[in-house]
Amino acid sequence: MTPFTKLTSKSVILEQADIDTDQIIPARFLTTTESAGLGDKAFYDWRRGENGALRDNHVLNHVNTATHQILVAGPNFGCGSSREHAPWALLDFGFRVVISSDIADIFTSNALKNGLLPVQVPADIHAQLLDKPGLSITVDLENEQLSADGISCHFTIERFARRCLLDGVDPLGALLAQREAISRFEIAQIRAES
Amino acid sequence: MTPEASRWLTAMGNDMTDTPQTLYDKLWDAHLVAPEGKDSPAILYIDLHLVHEVTSPQAFTVLKERGLDVRRPDLTKATLDHSVPTLPANKDGSLPYATEDAATQVAALQDHCADYGIELFGLGDHRRGIVHVIGPELGLTQPGKTIVCGDSHTSTHGAFGALAFGIGTTEVGHVLATQCLFQRKAKTMRVRFTGALQPGVSAKDMALAMIAHVGADGGQGHAMEFAGPAVEALDMEGRMTLCNMSIEAGARVGLVAPDETTFAFLEGRERAPKTKDWADAVSQWKQLHSDDDAHFDQEIEIDASTITPMITYGVSPDAAAAINGQHPALANDNAREAADYMQLQAGQDFDAVRVDRVFIGSCTNARLTDLRAAANILRGRKVADHVAMLVAPGSEAIKAEAEAEGLHSIFIAAGAEWREPGCSMCIAMNGDKGQPGELVVSTSNRNFKGRQGKDVRTMLASPATAAACAVNGYLADPRQFAGQFADSDQTEESSAA
Repeated sequence: MTPFTKLTSKSVILEQADIDTDQIIPARFLTTTESAGLGDKAFYDWRRGENGALRDNHVLNHVNTATHQILVAGPNFGCGSSREHAPWALLDFGFRVVISSDIADIFTSNALKNGLLPVQVPADIHAQLLDKPGLSITVDLENEQLSADGISCHFTIERFARRCLLDGVDPLGALLAQREAISRFEIAQIRAES
Repeated sequence: MTPEASRWLTAMGNDMTDTPQTLYDKLWDAHLVAPEGKDSPAILYIDLHLVHEVTSPQAFTVLKERGLDVRRPDLTKATLDHSVPTLPANKDGSLPYATEDAATQVAALQDHCADYGIELFGLGDHRRGIVHVIGPELGLTQPGKTIVCGDSHTSTHGAFGALAFGIGTTEVGHVLATQCLFQRKAKTMRVRFTGALQPGVSAKDMALAMIAHVGADGGQGHAMEFAGPAVEALDMEGRMTLCNMSIEAGARVGLVAPDETTFAFLEGRERAPKTKDWADAVSQWKQLHSDDDAHFDQEIEIDASTITPMITYGVSPDAAAAINGQHPALANDNAREAADYMQLQAGQDFDAVRVDRVFIGSCTNARLTDLRAAANILRGRKVADHVAMLVAPGSEAIKAEAEAEGLHSIFIAAGAEWREPGCSMCIAMNGDKGQPGELVVSTSNRNFKGRQGKDVRTMLASPATAAACAVNGYLADPRQFAGQFADSDQTEESSAA
């Protein structure tokens, strides 16, 4: 996993509430056995019209992800299906941060494991950010601080996930290191059974 | 004694404070390999890991890359449901997959199961079916277990008093390799359904009413326990429907405390405890309930007797209302955009909305009682000429039972298609889908834009309501079919049997 420490980038706005993971990546693309290369499928049906042609009037078709890596979205972002293809697609599209007032639990968990930072901010800050497309925002994970053009707020990332992100390590290693504790639990289970 | 039950007792024994606990607290404590701290989440042991073809291949790839084994193949069970066709096999015996990728994905799970010694309820197995249907059906799902699956509707299994939740593919890899997950404890919410359901109103209507009440994110961060007389009165199928839909309110977990209804459902099932183990298990399971004075972070009460058959009208499951009413006013931009997509207007009578297609199926509503409820409406009637109707049973076992009862003949005689088991049009990734612009009344769980096919307009409802809509050709309250609900659901079931 690519470490995430601090990012300054411009914002892209999708103000709709309840953007579910079927919007982020439609189910018909889930027959893949890979996790790479899904950026082209991100928001596929929003970005493309009949016969798959890109819609000229969709904001995501005019994003330069070299400069715009922060997605600011309406409340309850990432609700619905548990598909990890959603953060995979967003990352491959070029986003590194999603900001909302409210981000769904499973999406948050999946995003954190892939280096996509889900930032939940208070409703008033959220409203200000939604109003300013292209705003340059700095997200500092070490200090859990968001700042942009006079806007400033603290956010919270679960501490262990934050450590993993800062170090760029996959939590699987930490779980594997607990093998003895897991074995003890299983032995107690077998004893209880007999 | 089952290991889950005895772990719970041990956990209780260690808790000398006598603090009243919720059912969620008890399940949580009994599965702690390591407790949570400020800097580290808890390590939670998983008793049952269900695997399907869509969210597992990348997890197996990680295992292979890192040279890891599956720690407990015996606690890992797999099936094929999402990508598989519901159309019968071709003449040469091959299946009519929607895409080559779908066939590849199915083959990948077959290979992984063979490589790692994981039991697969696969093609041709009479135990195959939708993952959340077969777990309970086989008796793999039991009170007191922790159950995970790379699928958000894993909450379904909470109907048995199991701690069950959906996970992503990275976590599927974690459970394969370690049988454990890092987890933070959720907050708790109790939803009490008081009173009794009216005839013709089902668990699906309760679920939609609950989601409309709390909102699509109302359960976020919470384990949601359903309680009260109307929940206790539900059969297991109804409780599964309710817990299944808890994720549509954003909840992490749905739960119902196990009781005699639970035990009666499980007794004698293939993988349920047998003989003396069964008696021990039941006596332990009986202790899995929230204590009288247990504290919940949130409490909600809904009077079940006021619930009428529901329909969703928007593109989020919380946009739900009584089907015998009107489309509500458009409160904001989101509501206006949803109404635009759905081609519906504020104040419009629902019974004037024309239906193009009806789907009966999914992990929410494809069990035998669901099929009976739909068949009761369709018996002796025809699906409207302009409506296409598809019925996909939840499992091979349900298909066989339904056919033994003659339900399939009722569906076919009415003009519906009777398909093979699978997720089918719920997720529409196997080729079963609506056409652009079509209005589909569906017994599934999500009315998201494009969920059932590009530009398809989905309205969620109970099996009885969906069948009534198929017959009328317009949205319809199932209670208008006189005689179907004159008595209790019990009578309705026995008359169908």
